[in-house]
Amino acid sequence: MLDDRMNMIDEARRQIEICNACRYCEGFCSVFPAMTRQRAFADGDITQLANLCHNCRGCYYSCQYTAPHEFALNLPAVLAEVRNDSWLRYVWPAPLGALFQRSGVAITAALVVCLGAFFWLLAALRPEEGAGFYAYLAHNAMVALFAPAFLLPLASVAWGLVRYWRDVGGQRIRLGDITGALRQAAGMRNLSGGQGQGCNFEQEDRYSNTRRWYHQAMMYGFLLCFGATSAGTIMHYGFGMEAPYGFFSLPKLLGVPGGILMVIGAYGLAAGKLKADPNLGAASAWSGEMAFILLLGFIAATGLALYAATGTGAVPALLAVHLGSVMALFLLLPFTKMVHGFFRLTALIVEEQKRR
Amino acid sequence: MTETATEGPGSGPWDVIVVGGGNAALCAAITAAEAGCRVLLLEGAPKPYRGGNSRHTRNFRCMHRGPLSVLTDTYDEDEYFHDLMLVTKGKTDEHLARMTIRTSEECLPWMEAHGVRFQPSLSGTLSLSRTNAFFLGGGKSLVNAYYNTAEDLGVTTVYEAQVGHIHLEGDRFTGLDVSIAGAPSRHIQGRAVVLASGGFQSDIEWLTRAWGPAAANFLIRGTPYNRGTVLRDMLDQGCEPVGDPTQCHAVAIDGRAPKYDGGIVTRLDCVPFSVVVNRDAQRFYNEGEDVWPKRYAIWGRLVAAQPDQVGYAIIDAKSLDLFMPSVFPPNKADSIEELAAQMGLDPAALRRTIDAFNAACREGTFHPTELDGLATEGIEPPKTNWARPIDTPPFYGYQLRPGVTFTYLGLKVSDHAQVQTPDGPLRNVWAAGEIMAGSILGQGYLAGFGMTIGTVFGRIAGREAAKHVG
Repeated sequence: MLDDRMNMIDEARRQIEICNACRYCEGFCSVFPAMTRQRAFADGDITQLANLCHNCRGCYYSCQYTAPHEFALNLPAVLAEVRNDSWLRYVWPAPLGALFQRSGVAITAALVVCLGAFFWLLAALRPEEGAGFYAYLAHNAMVALFAPAFLLPLASVAWGLVRYWRDVGGQRIRLGDITGALRQAAGMRNLSGGQGQGCNFEQEDRYSNTRRWYHQAMMYGFLLCFGATSAGTIMHYGFGMEAPYGFFSLPKLLGVPGGILMVIGAYGLAAGKLKADPNLGAASAWSGEMAFILLLGFIAATGLALYAATGTGAVPALLAVHLGSVMALFLLLPFTKMVHGFFRLTALIVEEQKRR
Repeated sequence: MTETATEGPGSGPWDVIVVGGGNAALCAAITAAEAGCRVLLLEGAPKPYRGGNSRHTRNFRCMHRGPLSVLTDTYDEDEYFHDLMLVTKGKTDEHLARMTIRTSEECLPWMEAHGVRFQPSLSGTLSLSRTNAFFLGGGKSLVNAYYNTAEDLGVTTVYEAQVGHIHLEGDRFTGLDVSIAGAPSRHIQGRAVVLASGGFQSDIEWLTRAWGPAAANFLIRGTPYNRGTVLRDMLDQGCEPVGDPTQCHAVAIDGRAPKYDGGIVTRLDCVPFSVVVNRDAQRFYNEGEDVWPKRYAIWGRLVAAQPDQVGYAIIDAKSLDLFMPSVFPPNKADSIEELAAQMGLDPAALRRTIDAFNAACREGTFHPTELDGLATEGIEPPKTNWARPIDTPPFYGYQLRPGVTFTYLGLKVSDHAQVQTPDGPLRNVWAAGEIMAGSILGQGYLAGFGMTIGTVFGRIAGREAAKHVG
């Protein structure tokens, strides 16, 4: 395992040194300008470049040195492997990352276990009274289950980010670092191809913004859903306004469009992944990544279905399915593609610092 | 539409057949297809290597009156022509050269409209930001964009299509023989043909006949598919040649580069900060004669003239960060003798050469980016700039070999890109790109000018061929 890792980083270093002698790809993304600031690359530098790479593949299709050329460059793939491996390395406990990052079967199995658990919980903990969802699972029970299931994985990711930060040479953060990084992420500039023409993900050497738009649908959809949950929490504890909420309430006004965007995003990202060449990404993690996209889509779809089924007999089953899938997402958060968002944002912040 | 070898392109007749698959060929194919022609493009390389030497290029030298796309300021016809005269030492056709320069200005927007994307000057190339427009992603990106545009216009492309013979009846082209993916040669008819299949620099045998046996040790920086088959065939059929048949453009590159296709990353920019010795550990030329962009082109020849066609650039720790990183790590040692042993040089001889050089260095201000006049005294050959003693370990060494970029021999063309014979032009044969570049570039090289010639003449050839087909 350690040998594989060293080989992977050495291979990335070999390729990066060739890129650094060429520099034709400077205009595509943040990786190449970052590369040209150096001549020698420590392991931490390689890890940072790997997390800066968004796998747009522009450099691959433009490259005069891809196989069958003897230099055999495939920078998107080797950086994807290094990046994927770095998440395993930094996030504790590592064996769980090794299991779930690369296995769609493991993610599906975890989902099934969570669904089963919730069917059992809903049957076992059926409250005496309560309105809406709380008629099936009391609010306190939900909080007791989800608060630790959300916060503990987040703590694991946070600790991983601290270790990443040290290894790649992060410095004291200024406000500008964060706003700069957020600006990059908000417009997904690193999938823009540098000029807005997009990336080379699903149409080989033709540019397309398809993946960028679907990714943004997913990201903003997720943030809206997260906002909906947060709004509900604040309304519950801050203002004593308890669920169920009507359509013209913050949780629903955020959550419904958020859920729809996530379903659209999951469809587009999964379709794109089927068209794209798996050998230009982390081929070893393909099934884990695909399962993760489908899990997000499943959560959003069951959330919307649950709302649509309000007042019908389908609610208890849908509630168990939805809550079970959300639980799977939370528990697996540090060990699935979900962590890429955290590491990517951190890498963008570090890049803002190094660019100064 | 891309035809597979099994379906094949049929036997024609096609309106326009384009021989070659690089920049000039694609510009011709696109222009002819836009004019309504049925176009067949025969690329000799397999798909991953399509694009000839264009896939290794990075920019386009462009005249412009005022800022244009990524280009700053102004670069007018006279300055451009003056730059060309400097490198060719007058070996150019002024009429063709000025026409090419003037036309380059309208080419850039045409390129953008056909999918090419430009980016600001790359790091380390600021000196070119006014004169040369860089391709986003480099030449392969440009080639990809043109293949996509050609496909959308209905051009039929066949890869691994080796054209062996061009059939002429009097002054008229009738068809050609082509072998596709190694299959037996077959005949395809066409009403017009554009020849854009490059020079002959990848045919080492031809190169050694032209230059001498030393050429067997040259490295070829670009595609292995430019073997000059069509060029030879046309010359054998009496077409007028242009350009010195014995000469090729060669620069000094890393001696460990692949035999073919090493491209940009094999260049070495360390010479001005080095002591360069030959196989016998002797210096042979002033390493600090001028700034590197003005001198890199002569070093191919200089190294080619040394025994075994090899040179060794020696620097010390002071200079390692002063030039672009190269693709292969240098030899590294704590003593000159150890470095010599690593590189297969006589340690005592290299020691003597370095000692003599160091003794000839004098005090003064070193300035890596301009002519600093820090020269040696009392040594032959002198080093007239950047002469600092090689005395700070670790010491580094790079092997240098001549790397051939292109050959000068080509087909003579008119300003309508029409191929010439002593009896006048061929009626329906046009040429574009490296196969005719010797008409304009008789000697030396001007960065980004090959792509200019290819684009200008490719478009003219496509337009004229389409006009002929009507």
